[in-house]
Amino acid sequence: MNPNGARKSEAATERLTAPLGLTYMLGKFTEHMVPAVFLIALIIGLSLISPNFLSVGNFLDIARVASIIGIMAVGMTIVILTGGIDLSVGSTFALAGAVTASFIPGSFSDAPLVLGLDLPVPLAILVGLIVGTMIGFVNGFIIAKSRVEPFIVTLATMAFVRGLTYLFSGGFPTIFRPMPPEFEWVGQGNVLGLPTPTIFFALVIAIGVWITRRTTFGRSVYAIGGNEEASRLSGIKVQWVKIQAYSLMGVLAALSGIVLSSRVAAAQPTAGLTYELDVIAGVVIGGTSLLGGRGSIVSTVLGVFILGVISNGFNIVGLPTYYQYVTKGLLLIFAVGLDAHLRKTQRH
Amino acid sequence: MPPLLEMQNIEKTFPGVKALQGVTLTVGKGEVHALLGENGAGKSTLMKILAGAQVKDGGVIRIDGKEVDIKGPLHARDLGVAIIYQELSIISHLSVAENIFLGRLPRLFGMPWLVDWKCCYQRSSELLAQVGLDVDPRTPASRLKVADRQMVEIAKAVCENAKIVVMDEPTTSLTQREVETLFKTARLLQSRGVSIIYVSHRLAEVKEICDRATVLRDGMKIGTVEVAETTSKDWVKMMVGRDLDQLFPKAPVKRGKEALRVDNINSRKLKNVSFCAYEGEILGIAGLVGSGRSTLARTLFGAQHGASGTVEIGGIKAAIGTPHDAIEQGVALVPEDRKIQGLVLSMTVRENITLANLRGVSRAGQLNLRSEAKVADYYVGALRIVTPHTDQKAVNLSGGNQQKVVLAKWLYSDAKILIIDEPTRGIDVGAKVEIYGLLQQLVEQGKTIIMISSELPELIGMSDRIIVMHEGRVAGELSRDQFSEEAIMSYASAVTH
Repeated sequence: MNPNGARKSEAATERLTAPLGLTYMLGKFTEHMVPAVFLIALIIGLSLISPNFLSVGNFLDIARVASIIGIMAVGMTIVILTGGIDLSVGSTFALAGAVTASFIPGSFSDAPLVLGLDLPVPLAILVGLIVGTMIGFVNGFIIAKSRVEPFIVTLATMAFVRGLTYLFSGGFPTIFRPMPPEFEWVGQGNVLGLPTPTIFFALVIAIGVWITRRTTFGRSVYAIGGNEEASRLSGIKVQWVKIQAYSLMGVLAALSGIVLSSRVAAAQPTAGLTYELDVIAGVVIGGTSLLGGRGSIVSTVLGVFILGVISNGFNIVGLPTYYQYVTKGLLLIFAVGLDAHLRKTQRH
Repeated sequence: MPPLLEMQNIEKTFPGVKALQGVTLTVGKGEVHALLGENGAGKSTLMKILAGAQVKDGGVIRIDGKEVDIKGPLHARDLGVAIIYQELSIISHLSVAENIFLGRLPRLFGMPWLVDWKCCYQRSSELLAQVGLDVDPRTPASRLKVADRQMVEIAKAVCENAKIVVMDEPTTSLTQREVETLFKTARLLQSRGVSIIYVSHRLAEVKEICDRATVLRDGMKIGTVEVAETTSKDWVKMMVGRDLDQLFPKAPVKRGKEALRVDNINSRKLKNVSFCAYEGEILGIAGLVGSGRSTLARTLFGAQHGASGTVEIGGIKAAIGTPHDAIEQGVALVPEDRKIQGLVLSMTVRENITLANLRGVSRAGQLNLRSEAKVADYYVGALRIVTPHTDQKAVNLSGGNQQKVVLAKWLYSDAKILIIDEPTRGIDVGAKVEIYGLLQQLVEQGKTIIMISSELPELIGMSDRIIVMHEGRVAGELSRDQFSEEAIMSYASAVTH
């Protein structure tokens, strides 16, 4: 039986699918409704309470901060979609930032291990990205080949890579005297009026959406998260897909770390500590299920902005920081509970 | 005197499926009543309602003339209904006696938390003697064979003074001798006034032990008959709704070259398995549960490792280490459990259909969603899959349609050799016929089908040859003119000829 050789049968001419765009868009719309509505309600509420909130400058601030978490959250979405998780992103963030910084001309550190070697800025960035990819690859390899839970594996690499960062930097921050303008542009520049971190975030989102919706890799990711055994039995190269997913996570964590070290003009060995919580929270609150197979990049972007708006908005309104934690915690519980409920009702 | 059990006009609907429509069942005291029907007919659902595991949507149940509203499994047990499920409810880590007295261990001096073990073991021994099982009540249940565990369940039912014992497909994993022991116990229970509802689709057994039988089909009651007065033709007509020759659209196909040659496959479970299959042929594989059929299929498909031996496809030696390899070499496996192994339920019909051949709808790793939609439309039409549109999530389809989606996936992978494990499990009669028709079309195109099935009529109806497995080895091979249920079962149970 081959569809390409078949003559048009009655059944085939019958429109069994709504025009490709419509049901697709409609389905995606309802999926994102809850976080979208919540985000809009948050924005409206905070604007009403404090007029300082509703300004272009403030929104750019939110976007700039959210971009750092957001770039990682895109990678985390793909990892979580496969049914896994990566706790080591904060450590990769720091190591890549430190490694790249050490190769940037003009960088300075009290650390004995930081080489005096200088590379052109793009190359220094590339080295950092490669470090991130390698860490991700190791994560993916161990997770794919052994039967150890991703949580445990990445918990271990989190500690290990953080240790490497301290070793490499000697515990000292790497600063710039001065920072070369090309590198300054990465974290502090502007493109068409938008801060560069936001541009990077937008690019990463676009690539993420393309990967998840339009590539065989993305399809495999969803399939593995939905039913790993059935995917394996359908010929999907499960191990290879997982390795790729974690490697991608690694490169994005590295990118984010490099952008931050440019922004704050220093590569701290303590950079990225506890960032994994915000990244994962952003993904989950946006609606992606921790069990895998359900979720999207768009929902993660919504989740990241919800968290960003809460942090920024609560500060502006004058609420103590503790309220942020409480709110984020409640949101997480709500999001996970909603996901569990939806799973139960959708699967008779 | 009113009948012991009356279930009148029972209704039950699950999302998308009407499992039971106006089903009526009456069982007298001390009667062995068969509940017959194909897979998916509603037998299990009806019994689950009786046993309190499911709640009915409509209808009335009377026990001993009194109307009852069965609230749950414990309530059902209190009312005198004991059910022995196909999967058994024995807890392996506990002893036989603890299983018999599960939840009702005799108390020492009537005190809570203190157990009167002496009484427990003594009474267990008595009960075991009654059902003819000779084991020490202290034995951990894990050490018992399946047949003996079943006896323990029956002893448990007797202990609870059950009035009605429901046996759900009790003989699936039993040898001939064990089946006879079971029947002896059933007759014993019958003589003590206990009624038995014997759920099965095996006619031979029903004829031997049952007094009356009720036949279900597609959720409706077709009729209740006296077993002794019913002919084979009547049975088939009731259970299947059409004459036997209509059900299996088998036409002879010219056998082609050798497509698959398997030599000396040895693994933990398989012993020296060798056979070959030809183009245009349906090779049936029969055997009891646990005989190694699915293991063989998964091994050939690369889904299970640890086997030695050689496989040749089209005369060329094949190395199949993973399902991916198998698919590359033109082998497909339609697995036994479509929900757990065959489909990604959270994905759509469209996405499931293309999953084994993403290359066909993509270029350089990028999916062509329009092509994919066309492919999905084609198969939905060709296999008559009932779904409002191909963006429907697979979880929402009925069993038969889900199976068709799995088949569509493998058809699209363009495999030359299809291994199908239980092609029509849990599927209604109409869909069954369609699937058989599809298999016939495939072999007419020169493909090879290896069909594993526990349904003897299906094997006999559709296969060209049948190999029978027993405890990991090929016990026998039958050609079409040698087909019979007795021949297959005797090889499957390794009864020496």
